[in-house]
Amino acid sequence: MAERFYKYIPATAGEIEHMLGVVGYASIDALLAEIVPAPQLLGRPLALPAPVSEGEVLEAGAQLAAQNQHAGTLACFLGAGAYRHQIPAAIHHMVSRGEFLTAYTPYQPEVSQGTLQGIFEFQTMVCELFGMEVANASVYDGASALAEAIFMAHRVARGKRPKAIIAGAVHPEYQEVCCTYGLAEIVQLRAQPPGADGRIDLAALEASLDKQVCCVAVQSPNFLGLIEDLPALAELVHAAGALLVVVVTDPHACALFESPGACGADIVVGEGQALGLPVSMGGPYVGLFATRTKLVRTMPGRLVGRTHDVHGQPGFVLTLSTREQHIRREKATSNICTNQGLCALQTAMYMSMLGPDGIKDVAERSHAHALYLSRAIAALPGFELPFGGHFFHEFLVRTPVPAAGLVEHLVAHGVFAGVPMSRYFPDRSHELLVCATELNTRAQMDELVRLLGVHAAYEGGAA
Amino acid sequence: MQFPADLKYTKEHEWLRVDGDVVTVGVTDFAQDALGDVVYVDLPEVDGAVSAGDTVAEIESVKAVSDVYSPVTGQIVAVNEELDGSEESINEDPYGAGWLFQIKLADVAELDGMMDVAAYQAFVAEQEH
Repeated sequence: MAERFYKYIPATAGEIEHMLGVVGYASIDALLAEIVPAPQLLGRPLALPAPVSEGEVLEAGAQLAAQNQHAGTLACFLGAGAYRHQIPAAIHHMVSRGEFLTAYTPYQPEVSQGTLQGIFEFQTMVCELFGMEVANASVYDGASALAEAIFMAHRVARGKRPKAIIAGAVHPEYQEVCCTYGLAEIVQLRAQPPGADGRIDLAALEASLDKQVCCVAVQSPNFLGLIEDLPALAELVHAAGALLVVVVTDPHACALFESPGACGADIVVGEGQALGLPVSMGGPYVGLFATRTKLVRTMPGRLVGRTHDVHGQPGFVLTLSTREQHIRREKATSNICTNQGLCALQTAMYMSMLGPDGIKDVAERSHAHALYLSRAIAALPGFELPFGGHFFHEFLVRTPVPAAGLVEHLVAHGVFAGVPMSRYFPDRSHELLVCATELNTRAQMDELVRLLGVHAAYEGGAA
Repeated sequence: MQFPADLKYTKEHEWLRVDGDVVTVGVTDFAQDALGDVVYVDLPEVDGAVSAGDTVAEIESVKAVSDVYSPVTGQIVAVNEELDGSEESINEDPYGAGWLFQIKLADVAELDGMMDVAAYQAFVAEQEH
C-alpha cells in the first residue's frame, strides 16, 4: 500500500497511511469493504490500458485529430447559421492578450476603462451595421438574442399582447431555443409557414395580426437564404400596433442590403460569429442586440455608456442598470447579467480592422461567388433553384437524388457540399442549402458543381 | 417642505387632489426629496382599470427606482405626458406640474380613509425620527 503512487491525488502515501491508522483500517480496500456492500464492489482492477508517457498521449491525440474532416481541410459550402469568413491573423494575437480574458462585464469603471471602452465601441459598430440607435454589450448567441427580443416586445406591450408570431423561415434551431427559453410561459408563439416563394406570406400574416400580437419576428436573409420584404413587413406590423423583430445570422448582409433599421425594424438581433469568430463546433458565439432609443428601458442586457468624470475627461461606465437584476431582481428585463465579453471584443476587432468598406467588400465577394455557384448548379440536369427571390450568399437547391446522400459522397471527395434540409425537416429529403463566401475559390466551386453532376447522374442511373 | 392643505395623502407618500369623482395623483414633497433627482417616469396606459394597491407607475431617480401604487380603485383617465423629457417637474413642482395620473373613482367613499394634511404631517414627522 505505502509504495503506491497516486499521481493526481495530493495526499502522500505516508499521509494516507496515517489517516487509515486514525480510522483503524489496514488499507483503503479494507476500508471500502467495510462501507460498500459487497455486491456493489467490482472485485477486480479496472480494465484500463497501461499508463503511457505524455509524448505518447500527444501522439495518439494527433493521430485521432488527423482523421477529422473540417472546414479547414475540405472545401466548405456549409452555412445554415455558421459562416466561414477570413479572420485576419492579427485578431488571434490581439484577442489572446491576458488582459482581455474575462467573460464578465466589469462593474467597476475605476479599474475597467479599457474593457468598457471596447464594449462601447462594439455597441457603436453594431448600431451602425444594423442601422439602429442603441445596442447592448451582447448576449449569449443569436438564438438567445431572438428569444430575449420577443420577451422585450412583450414588455413593451406591457404584457397586454400575449401572442408572438415567428416567421417559419427563421432558423429552426432559433425557433427551438425560443421554446426552450421559457417564452412559452409568457407568450403564445406561433410559427407562420413561409409562402410559395420561400418568404413570409404577407397576406396570411395580415390576416393573423391582431391586438393580441406583440411582435412579428422574421429572419432576413431567411433560413432559405432569401431576402424578406422588410419595409412592407414593417408597415403591416406597425399598422397592427406590434413590433417588428429582425434576426440576422450573418451581419455582413447588412453591408450589402438596406439595414434592418432603415427598413423600419424595432428590434434587430443577430449572431455575431461571422464577424471574426471561427466556426468551431458551434461556439462560443455572440448575440447582437439593438433597438430604438425610445425602447431602451425595456432592453435586456448590459449597456456601456460614455460620460465625463469630475475632471471633465471622457470615461465609460455601465449605464441604465435599473433594468438589470442586480438592482431589481424581480423586475429585471432579463436574467442575463453578463455578456460574451471576449467574443464581442473579437468581433469589434474584426469590424474595426475591416472597416465599413472591408465588410462591404467581403459581402460583395460572397454574394458574387454565391451567384456564380447558384447559376452553375441550376444548369446541371435535374437540379433547380426552387425560389426566384434575391439571396445573399446562401441558397436552396432542389436535388434529383437525396441531398443527405450527396453530401456524404462528396465529403469523401474533399467537399462539404452544403447542409441537407432533411437535417431539420425529415420530409425535405431532396433539398440542399448551399453557402458560398469570399473564401470559396473558383476552383472549389467548379469542383463542387462537377462532383454534384457526376454523383447525381450516377445515383440517378443506379436508382 | 410643503404640505398643501387641500389635498388627501397616503402612507406611500402620494397626494390626491379630489375633483368630483376624479382624483389627480402625484408624489409628495417629502417623497421627491427622498428620491433625489428624477430621471425617468414610467406612466400607466390611459383607460386601464386599476385597483387600490396596484403598481401603476415607476419613478427612477439617480438613486433608486420606486414603484408608485394606485391609492384608489377606478380607471386611469389621464397621465401627465408633459413629464416625458421634463421629469424634473416632479422635484421642482411635485403638487403642480409634477402630477402623475388621474383616476376616475369607482367609489367616492374610498377617499374617507385617506389622511388629511395634519395627519400626513404627523406621519412624516414620525418617519423622520
